[in-house]
Amino acid sequence: MWRRVLALIRKELLAVLADPRSRAVLIGPPLLQLIVFGYAASFDLNHAPIAIYNQDRSLASRDLVARFSLSPTFTVKRVLSSGRRIDALIDSGEVRAVVVIDPRFTRDLYRHVPAPVQVIVDGRNSNTGLLIEGYAGTILSDFSRAWSASHGGDPPPAVLDIRALYNQTLDSHWFIIPGIVALLTQVVTLLVVGLSVAREREIGTFDQLLVTPLRQIDILLGKGLPGLIIGMGEATVIIAATVLWFHVPLRGSLAALYLALLLFVLAVTGIGLAISALSATQQQALLGAFLFMVPSIILSGFATPIANMPPWVQWLTLLNPMRYILVVVRSVFLQGADLSSLGAQLWPMALIGVVNLAVAGWLFRKRVI
Amino acid sequence: MTESPAAASNAADEAIRIENVRRSFRSGGRTVEALAGVTAWAARSRITGLVGPDGAGKTTLMRLIAGLLLPDSGRIEVLGVDVAREPLAVQGRLGYMPQRFGLYEDLSVRENLDLYADLQNLAPGARAARYAELMHMTGLEPFLSRMAGRLSGGMKQKLGLACTLVNPPALLLLDEPTVGVDPVSRRELWQIIELLVRDSQTTVLFSTAYLDEAERCAHVLLIHEGRLLGSGPPQDFMAEMSGRSFLATAPIGRRALQESLAETAGVIDTVIQGGRVRLVTAASADPQAIAAGIAGLALTPVPPRFEDSFVARLRTRAVSGERRPTPEVAVTATAGATGGEGKREAVISVQHVTRRFGPFIAVDDVSFEVARGEVFGLLGANGAGKSTTFRMLCGLLPPSAGALRVAGFDLRTAAAVARRRIGYMAQRFSLYGDLTVRQNLTFFASVYGLSGSVQTRRIEWAMTEFALGPLLLARANDLPLGFKQRLALACALMHEPEILFLDEPTSGVDPLARREFWRRIGALAAGGVTVLVTTHFMEEAEYCDRLLIMSEGRVLTEGTPDAIKAAARRAELPDPTLEDAFIAAVGARGAAAA
Repeated sequence: MWRRVLALIRKELLAVLADPRSRAVLIGPPLLQLIVFGYAASFDLNHAPIAIYNQDRSLASRDLVARFSLSPTFTVKRVLSSGRRIDALIDSGEVRAVVVIDPRFTRDLYRHVPAPVQVIVDGRNSNTGLLIEGYAGTILSDFSRAWSASHGGDPPPAVLDIRALYNQTLDSHWFIIPGIVALLTQVVTLLVVGLSVAREREIGTFDQLLVTPLRQIDILLGKGLPGLIIGMGEATVIIAATVLWFHVPLRGSLAALYLALLLFVLAVTGIGLAISALSATQQQALLGAFLFMVPSIILSGFATPIANMPPWVQWLTLLNPMRYILVVVRSVFLQGADLSSLGAQLWPMALIGVVNLAVAGWLFRKRVI
Repeated sequence: MTESPAAASNAADEAIRIENVRRSFRSGGRTVEALAGVTAWAARSRITGLVGPDGAGKTTLMRLIAGLLLPDSGRIEVLGVDVAREPLAVQGRLGYMPQRFGLYEDLSVRENLDLYADLQNLAPGARAARYAELMHMTGLEPFLSRMAGRLSGGMKQKLGLACTLVNPPALLLLDEPTVGVDPVSRRELWQIIELLVRDSQTTVLFSTAYLDEAERCAHVLLIHEGRLLGSGPPQDFMAEMSGRSFLATAPIGRRALQESLAETAGVIDTVIQGGRVRLVTAASADPQAIAAGIAGLALTPVPPRFEDSFVARLRTRAVSGERRPTPEVAVTATAGATGGEGKREAVISVQHVTRRFGPFIAVDDVSFEVARGEVFGLLGANGAGKSTTFRMLCGLLPPSAGALRVAGFDLRTAAAVARRRIGYMAQRFSLYGDLTVRQNLTFFASVYGLSGSVQTRRIEWAMTEFALGPLLLARANDLPLGFKQRLALACALMHEPEILFLDEPTSGVDPLARREFWRRIGALAAGGVTVLVTTHFMEEAEYCDRLLIMSEGRVLTEGTPDAIKAAARRAELPDPTLEDAFIAAVGARGAAAA
């Protein structure tokens, strides 16, 4: 039996690699997404355009303005001489925020009473707005501390001292790129497995397979295992790129990571086989794959934290294998996790995998053979 | 104007003028030359046949004429207009019915007509009269409100034709309108088109792979592999062949007779026709000398067919060019399988089988048996139920009622090993196109459980037997159609099955490839292999030992080709073809139902 399954796997791999379109599916999206997520997508704020309306024009206020303009977070695009244009600038989106320094700024500093600085933030993108608020606050408190140190006066009564564990510089790439390992493995496995039966149905070779002595289980294995092999291969390439190219540290156990990936790919293969069984054409299969893929990414914690979702959606995410693998990937990469600490993620994936494969087998029997 | 010689034409009479047109396509890493310098013309108000096997370049030429493609070089003038320069001016005056005409299956016949009337800007006031005319012409009047998807294959083609004709075109391009249409509808389609030419002086370019249709055209352009092999009235093609076609009988089996005749010098073509063998001699050959070579051979002269001339042309090309690889077909048992009716062991048995798809009955109480070593044909148009029957036999579809047995097993429920005894060749030679010839062979050998030296031996056998050796590393998709068919058969035969299922095995391949294929099947049957073949191609049915003709899910008639033809013999039709017999059988059933 294994000889036959092996022949099927060999054929499947040859066909995927020889067909320019499926080759493109294996190479195109991973490359594109690595570039997009590796370089373009980031939660960090960089070079946000701001305007400054400095009504004080003293040494102290110029020092504060310099802190804003030297910060990599902000780029000072406009220096205003009146407050009239503030609304228009924010409205047109030319600047994301305007820093307004009060005429009494220096006087109040010397008097040791709170010296007012207003930051008007574009709140249309709440996420960016919050980030600007945070960065502006940091710049201002740094300034206050430096001012008290050099000019006397009471230091701020309480000081926040933040130290980030696992990702000391809070570089959001470290959060995103390991997630891509899970994301791309899912995309590729799903497409390879989901389209393989439909492709054969379209060209008519599937009937040919069914009349050979291959049994249902042989065909199921022959269609599922190539996806597993390709998915694991894809994961390896992306792990290598994450470590060697993007220099994200891999601190935990590689064996634990691979075991988790194997369970994840099995679960996704089950979904791919189910899509395969249900779709008659490659177009339907592609549609089915995306129908699954989009919610599974949104409900995985890839970009938005699951803890922020409403409770019933959080319950829903428990069915999503990607939810678990993301935790595994991130904790192995950044936190140095090993097998013993990952049990809570592994057994749900294994359970989902078993259920998916069983359903796929049942659908195959009902719809295909 | 002066009288011009027959070959030339008057500019005023020419609807289409094609001058040295070339067109190639890139596929994979390869360039395929679809048209390699074609020069031809088509007369106004006549039916010109564009005749050739699949892959000859017919569709490419049609699309070039319709201005949907541009030639790489050369020039096409349609109704006096250069197509490449003013495609819109040409398209406004022509009707084009592509191979798969875009009927909307969920719209009724009338809604489809409305849609095409809108697309072709037919004034609403003129519609009622035009529809009435078209519906009368196509006989679709009673079906105006029926969904297009619920029409039969033949009716769909007629509706497609009607939609193309909504706004009467000066030039009508029909791309293989008769493919897969049952013989009755095929005749009706031809009558409609002939009427159209007579009454409206429409110019028609009709492409077809059925060589017998060439005989109905006023003028034929015979193309093969992108080149024009000949052009002229079909009578001219057939005149070249006059006195060279015979029907042979001899007291040996028909397959043995065909083998001996094929080996005889001076014979360029042999085809089994029922119990006899039809042969065509070389121009220089003496029929008496041929008759003398085989004991008891009797030759009856028969009128030539268009196909004879095509085969003769292909043969001369093959001889002048490199020699076609004619694989050795081992004919082991000559007597016995074909003639010897010692014991009729039923290898395939179908008992009262019915298959429903929802309310639709695709196969309705069909029963038949096939004996070992028999070549059995399931004949019928698209939608007759033959493919459904075939799929049930292969175990791809369960029957709704009744029992099927293949080699004593129901393939749907039998253990996988039972399937090792059958070979299967799917329609359109389904192969793994991105895999090489060798990879395809290896895959099918492994799947059938061959390994090691047995596998090596069988792959070597396939290479030599089917002359695939030089192509081992070619991708299956890049093979010419005839070789694809050989590879598909080789894959089906890797494990030496005792039963062979063939689904439309030679549709579209050129006549030489078809002959070679059937010689091989004959040899296999002689060796004891049972062959079940589906076809809608009457020609192909002549090779079968026995036939079952199906229509609308039911068995119309069953018997040897000769018996079926004999049953259709009438005073006005002394020598009916299988097509005549089919039409007679359909007519008889219609009469019985009425």
